[in-house]
Amino acid sequence: MSVPILKVRDLGVTFRTGDRTTIASTEVNFELTAGEVLAVVGESGSGKSVSALALTRLLPPSPSCEITGSIELNGRELVGLTEGQLSKVRGREIAYIFQEPGTSLNPVYTIGFQIGEAIELHRPEISDRRAAVLAALRDVHIDDPARVADSYPHELSGGMQQRAMIAMALACDPKILVADEPTTALDVTIQQEIMDLLARLRRERGMSIILITHNFGIVANFADHVQVMRKGRIVEHGPTAQVMGDPQHEYTKGLIACIPRLGQRRHRLTTLKDELKVS
Amino acid sequence: MNSPAQPLLEVRDLSVHYPGRTTWLFRKGAPKKAVDQISFTVPRGKTVGVVGESGSGKSTTGKAIIKLAPLTSGQILYEGQDIGGLTNQAFKPWRKKIQMIFQDPYNSLNPRADILGILSEPLEIHFPKLSKADRKDRCAELLAGVQLSPDFLTRYPHEFSGGQRQRIGIARALAVQPELIICDEPVSALDVSVQAEVVNLLQDLQAKLGLTYLFIGHDLAVIEHVSDHILVMSQGQIVEQGSPAEILGSPREAYTRRLLAAVPKF
Repeated sequence: MSVPILKVRDLGVTFRTGDRTTIASTEVNFELTAGEVLAVVGESGSGKSVSALALTRLLPPSPSCEITGSIELNGRELVGLTEGQLSKVRGREIAYIFQEPGTSLNPVYTIGFQIGEAIELHRPEISDRRAAVLAALRDVHIDDPARVADSYPHELSGGMQQRAMIAMALACDPKILVADEPTTALDVTIQQEIMDLLARLRRERGMSIILITHNFGIVANFADHVQVMRKGRIVEHGPTAQVMGDPQHEYTKGLIACIPRLGQRRHRLTTLKDELKVS
Repeated sequence: MNSPAQPLLEVRDLSVHYPGRTTWLFRKGAPKKAVDQISFTVPRGKTVGVVGESGSGKSTTGKAIIKLAPLTSGQILYEGQDIGGLTNQAFKPWRKKIQMIFQDPYNSLNPRADILGILSEPLEIHFPKLSKADRKDRCAELLAGVQLSPDFLTRYPHEFSGGQRQRIGIARALAVQPELIICDEPVSALDVSVQAEVVNLLQDLQAKLGLTYLFIGHDLAVIEHVSDHILVMSQGQIVEQGSPAEILGSPREAYTRRLLAAVPKF
């Protein structure tokens, strides 16, 4: 059994607005080993994105957002670090890609400039930045890196934009990549290309991936472990085959039952309400 | 009366071309063929699914039918009558028969109008004789029809979840008692659990009201579930069409096979 590089214990995220407090996630516990893909599934509002953003505190500052518990990255506690210390963890050790590449990229700068900026910030020791940018684009299997580097985001397709985002995230050689719904906005054929790319990069680099998604198809094909979140809590956690094949929690069973599957046309779709009424 | 064999909607050689962008020194680029010479029929009371990737022309096809996209050539026959070339004024009676529901329930409802206002507007246009009290009753009835409480009439769109907003969008489409509803990716933006509820609602409404759907989507499993007939579109053309069993069981075209292969199985 390999040693976990990330240990999360009793992670909780609470938002305060005025005199209202909202518990976005609570009692989140998990471990991540090198090269592992952990999928986090759940409906919108289940706390899956917030928990991942909390790892490097990509959230509003205290006191409007409080993070409790422990996040240990390679033996180092991240909760309680200053903003300056955390900014060295972001990008360099834990990098993120998001659902909408179009809105994550800055529209007025070229792709090459934006990747170069990330390299400048996180790896100042690299002198030939242009070469590093082109290498990063080549790593995500872009055939004509020079053209893409000189393009503005709007000149690229959604799939190309997401590749550019991945190139940017990987340019700093992170240990952990958090992919928050990386393919939700993309067509199925492009989705497959991006997932194949992530799978290959994980193999080549031994990078761990936290994959946030609501697509069980992707989970089944890609993840080693799954955790199912509901209302800020992990309701079920385990190896993918076990959770998908033999879900224990009623909520997991319900979620899986809701999904229409190819070639299994039914008279009526099961809804979560039908499923949870039984329990 | 119409013969039973006549489809509710028949599209013949429909094309929607957008003029090419004027490039360097006024040179005209080639026109963009969003939809190119497609033909299909939609039988009354049935659901025809349209599937394809973004840019395949599936949404443009739906929009062209209700004059939200300009028709370049071809015919759109509604109960045998060509409605493709009509002016906006002449098209008005068909706006009552053909309605549309949209993908994004967040952007398709006026944020400054309450639900009563949103549902009343189509009634004011198409049923001008309805009294104010009757209109309100009708709106409450419409909400009940999509399984929402009549208390919601005084609330605003931002107070609702995505699934509830999509129900409101459906209620608005139903306000004018349409025959054909063009569903443009109605469940693509919803969680799987909510998606199942909205799909079931659409199917219940179809059974109850005898509605006909043109159901546009990119999720093959959803399209398979709802459709009686499926059109596969790519680059503005219909590359293959047939029953769900034919399209999914024995796809003839390489494009369809590629689309099917890309769906993650579990």
